[in-house]
Amino acid sequence: MPDAHLRVFRGDSSTEGRFEEFDVPVEEGMVVLDALHWIQGHAAPDLAVRWNCKAAKCGSCSAEVDGRPHLMCKTRLSDFDLEQTITVEPMRAFPLIRDLVTDVSWNYEVNKTIQPFTPPTDVPQEDWRWQQEDIERVQEYRKCIECFLCQDVCHVLRNHETERPFMGPRYLVRAAGLEMHPIDQADRREYLKDSGGIGFCNITKCCTEVCPEHIKITDNAIIPLKERVADAYYDPIGWAWRKLRGGDAESGARAELPVLQGNPPQTDEAPD
Amino acid sequence: MTGIPASLGLPRKPPGTARQGLGATGRLDDWALAPAVQAILFTVCATYLFVSGILFTPLLGTPYEVDGYLSPLFSPLFRPDWLPTWISPGLFILWVPLGFRATCYYYRKAYYRFYFADPPGCAVGEPSLHKRYAMETRFPFILQNLHRLFLYLAFIPLFFLWIDAGVSVVHDGQVRLGLGGAILFVNAFLLTGYSLSCHSLRHIVGGQLDCFSCSRRTRVRYTLWQRLTSLNLHHMAWAWASLIVVTLADVYIRLLAIGAIADPAIRF
Ligand code: SF4
Ligand code: SF4
Ligand code: FES
Ligand code: FES
Repeated sequence: MPDAHLRVFRGDSSTEGRFEEFDVPVEEGMVVLDALHWIQGHAAPDLAVRWNCKAAKCGSCSAEVDGRPHLMCKTRLSDFDLEQTITVEPMRAFPLIRDLVTDVSWNYEVNKTIQPFTPPTDVPQEDWRWQQEDIERVQEYRKCIECFLCQDVCHVLRNHETERPFMGPRYLVRAAGLEMHPIDQADRREYLKDSGGIGFCNITKCCTEVCPEHIKITDNAIIPLKERVADAYYDPIGWAWRKLRGGDAESGARAELPVLQGNPPQTDEAPD
Repeated sequence: MTGIPASLGLPRKPPGTARQGLGATGRLDDWALAPAVQAILFTVCATYLFVSGILFTPLLGTPYEVDGYLSPLFSPLFRPDWLPTWISPGLFILWVPLGFRATCYYYRKAYYRFYFADPPGCAVGEPSLHKRYAMETRFPFILQNLHRLFLYLAFIPLFFLWIDAGVSVVHDGQVRLGLGGAILFVNAFLLTGYSLSCHSLRHIVGGQLDCFSCSRRTRVRYTLWQRLTSLNLHHMAWAWASLIVVTLADVYIRLLAIGAIADPAIRF
């Protein structure tokens, strides 16, 4: 097999940064992360790269390969034309620490601003019940491995930095999982609209394209949340309808909650 | 409820190292190809539909109905006597599909990318002009949130498109199975698929519920939501197919009307 020719970004926050080139012998089934390990072992022992599971499950090895966000442990060299140079760069939306390692701590700070899971206070946990169909949507969002590839590619975070305060797709996915949870009691719509900046997302779907867990971020999390925000703030007909029925600003959906033992839903029949 | 106040602001994002400026990217693939093709197709269809719906008849006098076929751009036909000839009756109808498509989540994705370069491609730099844009948080793009209102309205012309297609089968006291009628049926079918696969409809029908199993009513809504979800997966395909066919349907009827082509049909 021919050697792979890699161009790897080197540098830290205090320098301009540069690309160094390496020829790496290719073996069957090799991924980009393997090639970087070969470089560490044979040519540049000080090359900084963050990784952990090598199984596309920890979300540590995110980087940009030929300009596109990828998990390096999931990106096979056989997917590239080995005649051409393969360029490996750190995630560009976040500040650089060194080489391929970036500082993603801003994401954890954003996470802290989201109202966490809020079950009803008057029902003991052992009485919580729900059906598979109620939780299926949420299970998709829970597949997230926090690789932050979606945050990296999102143009709002990548190109607009601070002038558009935006929580980013990863945290819209988390918020969707909480908002749609069958027994969660919190209402995050005001937060999503004002602090989270959901209106800055223009649903251009780059996040969906890069998600290694194939979460349909835009269609299944962001658009449904935009619709929920519209329910509360941008729907004159819905507003008039609620006034007519004497309801409050809550969406009709919430009134039917929760699905709990000892607090049977006021419906025509009990859940199966 | 205890917890985090909704007004809690986000921490400021520290700047990264992304290349800035229109088209700046490390990508090596042909990222501009798909948006360029889409832009051309979309611009051609949209311009044609606009010109045909508003200008053709007043300026050139080309009819939009012929032999029991009515162009879908003019359905339902509202042509009061007081309407001056320089105003197209298309004006009364066209703003509905125009608003519906302009605020559609799929078309937004497409035209934000190819018209506004916001972004031109994934991981591709934007023009620095965008620094001032507030996207869908302020006027005018905040109006995109009204998509559901256009959705409700869009069902009115849709209903009449099915009627038109049905009515076109009987002409001059005969049953006529013509190419024109087939096009009108396909057009109505595709527009139905497009409208039913709408994200807002999916939300209204069931997506807004947190609990699907809570009552018989929510279970019915859950079933509907599942159906619409499977249509919604192909919303992009419905959007393009219906846009292209509605354009072709109008072209076909106009060509028939000026006698440039004949309508192949079986009559009995
Ligand atoms: S769809 Fe929204 S969140 Fe996702 S990348 Fe585009 S702008 Fe960012
Ligand atoms: S949503 Fe997908 S791309 Fe974003 S952090 Fe989670 S797994 Fe990664
Ligand atoms: S090393 Fe864990 S995801 Fe790549
Ligand atoms: S989302 Fe496209 S028509 Fe509603």
